[in-house]
Amino acid sequence: MYAQMVKSTGDAVKSREEMSDDERHFQDKVDANIKVEPRDWMPDDYRKTLIRQIGQHAHSEIVGQLPEGNWITRAPTLERKAILLAKVQDEAGHGLYLYCAAETLGVTRDDLTEKLLSGRMKYSSIFNYPTLTWADMGAVGWLVDGAAIMNQVPLQRTSYGPYSRAMVRICKEESFHQRQGYAIMMKMAQGSAAQRKMAQDALNRMWYPSLMMFGPSDKDSVHSAQSMAWKIKINTNDELRQKFVNETVPQAEYLGLTIPDENLKFNEETGNYDFSQPDWDEFFEVLKGNGPCNTDRLNARRKAWDDGAWVREGLLAHAEKRAAAKVAAE
Amino acid sequence: MKKEWPLWEVFIRGQHGLNHRHVGSLHAPDAETAILNARDVYTRRNEGLSIWVVEARHISASAPGDKGPLFEPSESKVYRHPTFYDIPKDVGHM
Repeated sequence: MYAQMVKSTGDAVKSREEMSDDERHFQDKVDANIKVEPRDWMPDDYRKTLIRQIGQHAHSEIVGQLPEGNWITRAPTLERKAILLAKVQDEAGHGLYLYCAAETLGVTRDDLTEKLLSGRMKYSSIFNYPTLTWADMGAVGWLVDGAAIMNQVPLQRTSYGPYSRAMVRICKEESFHQRQGYAIMMKMAQGSAAQRKMAQDALNRMWYPSLMMFGPSDKDSVHSAQSMAWKIKINTNDELRQKFVNETVPQAEYLGLTIPDENLKFNEETGNYDFSQPDWDEFFEVLKGNGPCNTDRLNARRKAWDDGAWVREGLLAHAEKRAAAKVAAE
Repeated sequence: MKKEWPLWEVFIRGQHGLNHRHVGSLHAPDAETAILNARDVYTRRNEGLSIWVVEARHISASAPGDKGPLFEPSESKVYRHPTFYDIPKDVGHM
């Protein structure tokens, strides 16, 4: 997902007998759906895992601006341009909500940024794929934001208060993102033969990377089991992926586009669509840094950070000077 | 120079005459910029008519451990609520 393969303790979930009094009390609270707030006691590993997860989620929002930002100056109409600008600005906002939530756990913003830029923290694999045509703006909104929503809606109920509140805000804003993407796809699918072809090509390229967003199957993962016990993960990756496929197939049919999977078939018995898994070797290569755009994305973020340094420093120096002058005048 | 902009807590008053409400936080070099940033980050959809920002270090908060002594006393004071009192129907609306 926006946070993929977040590691927790690596140990099996503790039984009640193995827990300390604090841990037991904490788990009871989580089980009773009482939110954990920044200054409450929490296990160290809960804190660490959350910083990793929220940080990765925030980085994904920020890096996620790049593939779409790529098309702002080339949007086909002024209206489309205004919409895309608004969407990309929302992503920046979402990143900021999440960074603030992470900071309540005792990590600094600069530390998170530095870890992203040095490659020690990850962002979602999906943003390492290029956006080659305007139809990709449609496919990204429809599929990528659609997949993100699948994950984010249940996370509104997560145990950590500031994270949950950020998710509520994000979900409220996110459905416009998916709809504007689908609207682009509708327009192109109903357009000329060349436009339909472009829409189909975007779907072909984005389909499997979108399925990868949920991460590999984690039904046997100890990390996921711990995160689920702490309610910082609500569903398994497979559950969310299946839900995404079930919802997306009819949407593709409406567009008259074909999902690039010969094995895709509705299963009367399970009530789900059967589908092919994405190429997980490719997924791990992208995570390792070998996707088509990993280098570009990180370089763009580093350049923005370095080029902005004089602004950050200058504004702070100015604020300090003015504050000192004000004190002197009093 | 390796120094972060200070953290500000943001409060927004919405359309309907309610109090300013905490909506989140952000970093900014000074109060003026914090208000401008808050407009961009927290009011992109008509959420507010007024913004307050307070530097986070100036906020004092009750300790989580004091929850009991601070708030439990009010749990037993049912007579502070209007529903505690039975007023006969004949008296009319009160």
